[in-house]
Amino acid sequence: MERNISLTVNGEQRELAVNDADTLLEVLRDGLKLWSVRESCGVGACGSCTVLLDGRPVSACFLLAARLDGRSVETVEGLDGDGTLHPIQQAFLENDAAQCGYCTPGFIMAAKALLEEHGDPTDDQIRDHLSGNLCRCGGYPNIMRAVRAAAGRMSGG
Amino acid sequence: MADYSIVGKPVDRRDAVQKVTGRALHVGNMEPPGLLHVAVLRSPHPHARIVSIDKSRAETCPGVAAVLTGADIAAMPGITPYHGPAFADQPVLAIDRVRHEGEQVVAVAAESRRAAEEALELVEVEYDPLPVVLDVIDAIRPDAPIIHEEIRPSGAFADLAHVKAGDQSNICYHYKLRKGDVDAAFAEADRIFEDVFTAPPAQHVPMEPHVSLAYVDESGRINIHTASQSPSFVRGELARMLGVPMNRIRVRVPYLGGGYGAKLYNKLEPIVALLAMTTGRPVKYSLSREEEFQTVTKHGVVVKLKTAVKGSAMTARKCEVYWDTGAFAEIGPRIVHKSGYTSSGPYKIPNVSIDSYCVYTNKPPAGPFRGFGVPQVIWAYDSQMDIVARGLGVDPVEFRLEHALEEGDLFVTGTPVHACGLKEAVRRAADAVGWGGRAAVPGDEPSLSEAARQTTEAAGTERPGEPASGTKRRGKGIACGVKAVLTPSISGAIVILNADGSANVLSSTVEMGQGSESLLAQIAAEELGISHDKVHVVQPDTDVTPYDTISAGSRSTYHMGNAVRTAAANVKAELFEAVAGKLEIDAADLEARDGRVFVRGAEERGMSVTEAFLARFGSLGTTMVGEGLCQPVVTPMDPETGMSEKCTEYWFASASAVEVEVDTETGRLEVLQFHAAGDAGTAINPKYCEQQLVGAATMHLGLTLFEQMVFQDGQLLNGSLLDYQIASIKDVPAACHPIVVQVPHKDGPFGAKGIGETGALTVAAAVANALEDAVGVRVRDIPLTAERIHQALKEAGK
Ligand code: FES
Ligand code: FES
Repeated sequence: MERNISLTVNGEQRELAVNDADTLLEVLRDGLKLWSVRESCGVGACGSCTVLLDGRPVSACFLLAARLDGRSVETVEGLDGDGTLHPIQQAFLENDAAQCGYCTPGFIMAAKALLEEHGDPTDDQIRDHLSGNLCRCGGYPNIMRAVRAAAGRMSGG
Repeated sequence: MADYSIVGKPVDRRDAVQKVTGRALHVGNMEPPGLLHVAVLRSPHPHARIVSIDKSRAETCPGVAAVLTGADIAAMPGITPYHGPAFADQPVLAIDRVRHEGEQVVAVAAESRRAAEEALELVEVEYDPLPVVLDVIDAIRPDAPIIHEEIRPSGAFADLAHVKAGDQSNICYHYKLRKGDVDAAFAEADRIFEDVFTAPPAQHVPMEPHVSLAYVDESGRINIHTASQSPSFVRGELARMLGVPMNRIRVRVPYLGGGYGAKLYNKLEPIVALLAMTTGRPVKYSLSREEEFQTVTKHGVVVKLKTAVKGSAMTARKCEVYWDTGAFAEIGPRIVHKSGYTSSGPYKIPNVSIDSYCVYTNKPPAGPFRGFGVPQVIWAYDSQMDIVARGLGVDPVEFRLEHALEEGDLFVTGTPVHACGLKEAVRRAADAVGWGGRAAVPGDEPSLSEAARQTTEAAGTERPGEPASGTKRRGKGIACGVKAVLTPSISGAIVILNADGSANVLSSTVEMGQGSESLLAQIAAEELGISHDKVHVVQPDTDVTPYDTISAGSRSTYHMGNAVRTAAANVKAELFEAVAGKLEIDAADLEARDGRVFVRGAEERGMSVTEAFLARFGSLGTTMVGEGLCQPVVTPMDPETGMSEKCTEYWFASASAVEVEVDTETGRLEVLQFHAAGDAGTAINPKYCEQQLVGAATMHLGLTLFEQMVFQDGQLLNGSLLDYQIASIKDVPAACHPIVVQVPHKDGPFGAKGIGETGALTVAAAVANALEDAVGVRVRDIPLTAERIHQALKEAGK
């Protein structure tokens, strides 16, 4: 069945017609062409499709869009809207945290949720928080550095 | 090291901004108007005869544009329905028979993926199940069901032309090496060590699954956009399959979301090409993760090793390696050959025999996987090195150093070893882990940019945790090994210098995360004497970028690097000639740096690139074009003895050193510190070398500790990322250090070799060796799961 929902996407309110079976991932990619949201496992196990739903990290492949009426979604496309990189993006860049880069948007969104909750996370908190995001290029040490660096930068340090 | 301006500098990746903003173009983002989506019906049986297929109801489904079967393709005039890089044994869609669970049987192109999937539900296929053989050892028994009665030659690679299929057997290729008198050495041995090691089939898991898109353009040419590591191969093979000239096919490759060997040769390209030709519309096929598991795997192996020792020296080794290549040979025969000949290790052993077999089973096809089979043989031989050293009561590091080949020594094939930093890698890895009471010397600090370094330093150094206590035991392990680069292979490149001093590099090397774009720019810039950000590297496009064998096997830095360097040198020669003519001096006295050409030792006598162009052409907007080719050759191996004066262009040396902690109650093994040492030749960009070492090691840590595809009755039991675990950020020890060894190669570009796989090679054996060091049990099968370790401890009464 098709139904209309209203979704705030990267700060902009969108009225969308979605099917009951459509995932949030399909709506963001196929409908809104937000290509940073990437499918990899399709079952909520890899974090490639991580977006923020009302500020909390979720797997877009695992949520039905029809249930999200009135909610707010944020993707990497929303981070550098004014043309300058977000501090987390800048930290990922400087610490070479992206290799093939396929997993990167998911990591950045997960890191954003973490740093908004804990300004100065411990290494264990970073590890716990990012353990649902997989990077087959194996760039984890640089991702750790990037998140620490971003924490320093965002807390004004 | 020589004084270079850009080579050896940790230049930032040029694709970084695109990647952190999520804007990098991938095939998945491409949506030409009128795009159709593909879904494929796959076999539920591991081995069966196809009795009938009824697709009539699917064809009339709403939104369906085409439904194809293997029989439909076989009936198309002029089309060859089989493909494969070693043998043409794989049908695009199954013909008469299916040979593994998940084999592609019927393809639908429809307005949406969902419409295509719905249509598939209406296809009826009747199967008649056949006997199944899954185990690689069972498959070579005389009464085993034969999986291919007939195998067509491929012709895709000239160097595989000698590969002949086995006769009425599941062994589709056998590599043999005979050196010295093995039997006599065993008869005289003081001690004989005999072990069997296994490694299971596993998954590459690039985060971007396979995806390909095809359309026929207004001129009737077939255009392919594909996530492929081998655009040149795809073009050549498709031209042959479709019976059209190569220039009627155009293959383009944007950034890849990882490859690791999974995206080589033809995968989805024939299906999208045929469906685009059938429908006249653009067609895209994206695999789901579940389909990935049915598409290509890492070779499972059984390795039998028998080693003779006299005094403290190894005098003979006998290796039998059985490679499970699955239902189709894929590139198996090449792996069986190239990795086969290294399976006795980089050690001085006078008498060796090797038999390496490529064996069909009813599993999904196995293909190249980061390391090209070498991690599997090192897993065996460097586990056994430890067993032998411990058996003789010698220090495992010293034992390796004593037996390791050095500069000029002959490898077991009779090829001299050159520029192979094996001993240095072993020593530095051992030092880093604090081997044998040595003070730990941690590996290289990451070569980060200045801004990053400032923020990182505050984070402090990472150190392993508290000492072992209670049920926990700690141990250290080391392993080493070498890989021979795939030879022969070919890379071509074109460099275009523009009148404003910028340059374009035309290369078919695929950027899949390894940093090849930035690295090739550094090489071109160094040679041309311009800044690296003035160099644009064109993405692979077979209409404009020359032939390249594959982006794999740690070959691009050396091969494409040499091709680009030669192409740039040719442009530079033309540039120098123009300047020399204008200044009336000898071109041999000129030098290029910072966008200027000048007389060596007299910088004021010279001109900018732009002025040189004016001198040469009398106008701007012009270009100078240079071409380069790198084509190392081999001396073919003797078919009976496997001997060759030159079997490879260069060697990669790898060493891993680890410290582990094992819980004797649960069998759980945790890696506390990891040091990945690899010889890069010259590190063109040290940052990428470090990333490759750590990335490869991390990937193989997962393969060592928990990754395996589990089959039961021919059905895969864990074909999704819910059930198949790969290494996450929690599995990487806080102390995880790369060690970039640099022994320049005389023919490498600025001395460089390659390093993409080096960190992968020695992980498994190092961890198993550390496990024995910690708790005194030897496990000969990976993955080293807690269950397996627990079981081994129980059997040993510990
Ligand atoms: S694709 Fe959504 S979690 Fe993997
Ligand atoms: S950068 Fe390639 S998967 Fe993370």
